[in-house]
Amino acid sequence: MPADPTPGEPASAGAHAASLDPAASGGAPRLVARAALRDVPWEVGVAKPDPAIVVDGVTRTFGGLTAVSVDHLEVQRGGITGLIGPNGAGKTTLFNLLTGFDQPNSGTWSFDGRPLGKLAPHQVARLGVVRTFQLTKALSRLTVLQNMLLGAQGQRGESFWRALVPGTWRTQERQNTEKAMELLTRFKLDRKKDDFAGTLSGGQRKLLEMARALMSDPKVVMLDEPMAGVNPALTQSLLGHVKDLREQGMTVVFVEHDMDVVRDISDWVVVMAAGEVIAEGPPESISQNQAVVDAYLGAHHDAPLTVEEEDRVLAEAERSIARQEHADGEVIGSDTRREEDR
Amino acid sequence: MAELIDALAVALKAGLGFQAIFLALLAIGINLQFGYTGLLNFGQIAFAMLGGYGIAISVSQWGLNFWVGVAVGILAAVVLALLLGLPTLRLRADYLAIATIAAAEGLRLLFRSVSATPVTNATRGLAGFNNEFVALAPWDTARRYSLLGTRWSGAELWVTAVGWVLVALACLLIWLLVRSPWGRVVKSIREDEDAVRALGKNVYVYKMQALVLGGILGALGGMIYALGTGSAIPDQYQNANTFLAYAALILGGAARVLGPVVGAMLMYFIIQFADTGLRTLITNGVIPEGLLSATDVAQIRFVLIGLGLILLLVFRPQGIFGDRREVMLDAR
Repeated sequence: MPADPTPGEPASAGAHAASLDPAASGGAPRLVARAALRDVPWEVGVAKPDPAIVVDGVTRTFGGLTAVSVDHLEVQRGGITGLIGPNGAGKTTLFNLLTGFDQPNSGTWSFDGRPLGKLAPHQVARLGVVRTFQLTKALSRLTVLQNMLLGAQGQRGESFWRALVPGTWRTQERQNTEKAMELLTRFKLDRKKDDFAGTLSGGQRKLLEMARALMSDPKVVMLDEPMAGVNPALTQSLLGHVKDLREQGMTVVFVEHDMDVVRDISDWVVVMAAGEVIAEGPPESISQNQAVVDAYLGAHHDAPLTVEEEDRVLAEAERSIARQEHADGEVIGSDTRREEDR
Repeated sequence: MAELIDALAVALKAGLGFQAIFLALLAIGINLQFGYTGLLNFGQIAFAMLGGYGIAISVSQWGLNFWVGVAVGILAAVVLALLLGLPTLRLRADYLAIATIAAAEGLRLLFRSVSATPVTNATRGLAGFNNEFVALAPWDTARRYSLLGTRWSGAELWVTAVGWVLVALACLLIWLLVRSPWGRVVKSIREDEDAVRALGKNVYVYKMQALVLGGILGALGGMIYALGTGSAIPDQYQNANTFLAYAALILGGAARVLGPVVGAMLMYFIIQFADTGLRTLITNGVIPEGLLSATDVAQIRFVLIGLGLILLLVFRPQGIFGDRREVMLDAR
């Protein structure tokens, strides 16, 4: 997924933004986050004016492979931070580390000044950092509404003994159900509330997972490829929902491959490659960044070939064709010829 | 015709008897663990054995009160559940299955070993521990009673009555639990525990609670069995019983409150009906002796159960009470 090299061009993305963000209401928070980040230099590991998450020297190795090695990274509160990078760059591993699903070999990271190291996933979630998964985890044999209710925090009826006395949790359950229905209506899933989540389409599951995460009133929402496998129409509505999160004062970190999406909604973009953060900056800055272009397309993708190199490559190609024709014999040879005729 | 009615009556007695209660309590425990929480406990019989021996050892070896024996049995089941759960519940589901199946077999072999004779009386087992329990019966236990065309001894009737009350209470408990937010968390763990973790629930604690409660229900089943037979012998607690309980659960419908109960009743009803029915047909000459002899019946009835289960899984995979829509979702 190469970046579009010309920065000013994506008029289409701008149009989406305009259609989803009525200038009066939607534009303001984005401008706030933008304004806060305006004077921040476009450097790796740069300090942000109001960081929600701070990562320091986190490394994670799997055997000999260093999956993540981040020296310093700060995530601005109340903004949308896009995390991009080629496959295998360590984005999801970093997500897993930040949310307690994996433990690093070294390093510290904190949320609102509280260190998150050594915390189990559910403890991280209780602090207000909620994540979604790359492969959507809808709870198939629960109804959509039950999926939503699971997301609510501090439920009295979730303790074993109080569960046996419905009186202790009924009122809270009713309030949670109301809240869940509001969210479902917002995500246009309210008519599906009694269906099993397993019967939803892929895109609806993405919506459900996001709505479920919101049931916990999170401070930070971490979305792992929220748009993967979603049709373009639904992508637009998902984008709108992600922007809404920022409107409500949440900090959003998301992993995404679609550069149009990244440019459209993020206030700040962090680029990872081979486990390291190789670039940071506002979305416009990223496609011009040489390190990013190299990471995505290879360092020598547009360097001109010398005459000798070209000859060598051609000779090698001819040799391999000749070798193949000898090895494969008449049938395949004639096939190739026929194909050439066409 | 009269013989058929007799066979039905005998089968009905089996379906209501203490063996069916034993299987039902085992299956209710498994239902909570496997049907709702998704835990694979392949050693439920170990909990039953600890329950039965809890009473047997306390009363006949240590000379303790019957109720202390009940407490010992339950406590032993809780300890076993904790021991099995602590190391395995953080791991994938298969590890619990391996640990439980090994524990069930290991405990049985330990109880029947010669070196355990001073406590468990090894393979000869223990007896004579249920007098205090039988004495609690509000009716004359020395008499025989006629019920639904079958004969019950007073003691048998008392065990059965207490057993069904226990089953009813267990069902009530499970019903209260699974309709509560606790039940919702547990069912979500069955579906995908990482999603539940990401929403701030301590999955480990819920799994442990389900394992312990299911184990206690298994122990109660073992107690009913020991009180019903009036003896505790290690080889009564073969792990095949665990799988019979799984079969009963699947027959009745997993993740349904009454599924395991009806499954267990039906299971014993069918086994007993096949047994008596086939024997009658053989003695009457309807089935020629050359095709099937009376000694084969004991095996054949389990073949019939197996056949029935296969047909059930093909035509009604959700069991008797299950929701077909729900079961079919797995196929995706």
